[in-house]
Amino acid sequence: MRAGVTALSVGLLCCRVCGQLSRQPDGGGHVRCPRCNAPLHARRPASMSTTWALTLAAMLLYLPANLLPIMVTSSFLGSQQDTILSGVVFLWRSGSWPLALVVFFASVMVPLLKILALLHLLLSVQRRSTHRLVQRARLYRLIEFVGRWSMLDIYVIVILVALVRFQGLATVEAGPAALSFAGVVILTMLAALSFDPRLMWDPVSPPPASARENTRD
Amino acid sequence: MPHVHGTEPPLTACHECDLLQTLPVLRARESARCVRCDAVLLRNPTDSLERTSALVAAAAVLFLLANLNPLVGIEMQGMRVEVTLSGAVQALWNDGMQAVAGLVFATVILFPVLELAMLGVLLILVRLHRRARGFGMLFRLVRSLRPWGMVEVLLLGMLVSLVKLAHLASVILGVAFWATAALIVVLAASARTFNPALLWQDVGEVGPA
Repeated sequence: MRAGVTALSVGLLCCRVCGQLSRQPDGGGHVRCPRCNAPLHARRPASMSTTWALTLAAMLLYLPANLLPIMVTSSFLGSQQDTILSGVVFLWRSGSWPLALVVFFASVMVPLLKILALLHLLLSVQRRSTHRLVQRARLYRLIEFVGRWSMLDIYVIVILVALVRFQGLATVEAGPAALSFAGVVILTMLAALSFDPRLMWDPVSPPPASARENTRD
Repeated sequence: MPHVHGTEPPLTACHECDLLQTLPVLRARESARCVRCDAVLLRNPTDSLERTSALVAAAAVLFLLANLNPLVGIEMQGMRVEVTLSGAVQALWNDGMQAVAGLVFATVILFPVLELAMLGVLLILVRLHRRARGFGMLFRLVRSLRPWGMVEVLLLGMLVSLVKLAHLASVILGVAFWATAALIVVLAASARTFNPALLWQDVGEVGPA
């Protein structure tokens, strides 16, 4: 039931923008959709290597994003540096535990789980695994959907920096982690966008040998 | 070789798993999913053009309200601070966080504006049955901008920051806060009512070249 005829296996290209099918030209080269003029590819070019590079870069940035202070609060009582986690702890202690959970999930868990999920998808494509394909398809859709919510902490800082500027009483400044954190979010979003989910299904309906040449990175 | 045109049901390949399959004829508000990977292949919202046009117009008005009025404010010991969206971005920029400020500007001001404007132009062209040059490219741009507009995340961020400040100062929700909340609802609705198939209906199915 899972195996089936894919567009690639019969030499057709499907436009990702308008869904129009077109025949793959023999010579290869650049093809455009006859209906909407979008560039056509059997599989996204260099999908695996691009996704790997972006995921690894996001993993590197995840460390400074969580270890460095993301917010510096200065008041007449002195100055206080907050990391993402200490911000969550603060929210928890001040009694707003629903928001503490939201921030914890959006800022700590989502980027971490997203990186792990990307690694899982990448490795299973490389092993040409045919296990749990429907679940992996769902995982891919999930990480595409939740990634944006990690930007939450950036917007919290923007509002705080702008609002808390009482001369002599208190000011808030963004810390060095803000940039790395934004980097993690952007890089994982780009990684999810550059991953071609059709690669997951290729082991169950393999493209013909002639077409396979064009789909490898 | 499968038939691609003619009177048979339209053939398509799933954009997520590449499986070839025929598309069913959908009744109003039905959607078609891939038989193998369950990805949504086709939706059929009712009165798509009319509803989407109305929602895009409403979103444009709400967007203006959200950007011209103060979002939130706080009051402490007789001092009152209010902030607009562009003011907040500017404050971050002046604090030396230009990259982060640029990112915020792009995700909550620039990209949503571009998306709304381009969607508006597309809808007008469809209404006039005109396919100007760059029609397809315009739609590709709208599609690629969509994941990068993050107004709804901004709203949640405002709530979190206000909770953080609530024990220090009294919090004021501005006109732009409510406009942003309404904007999110309208944007989500317009994404649901918009049917991309409208854009290609004049061209119809094209046989494989």
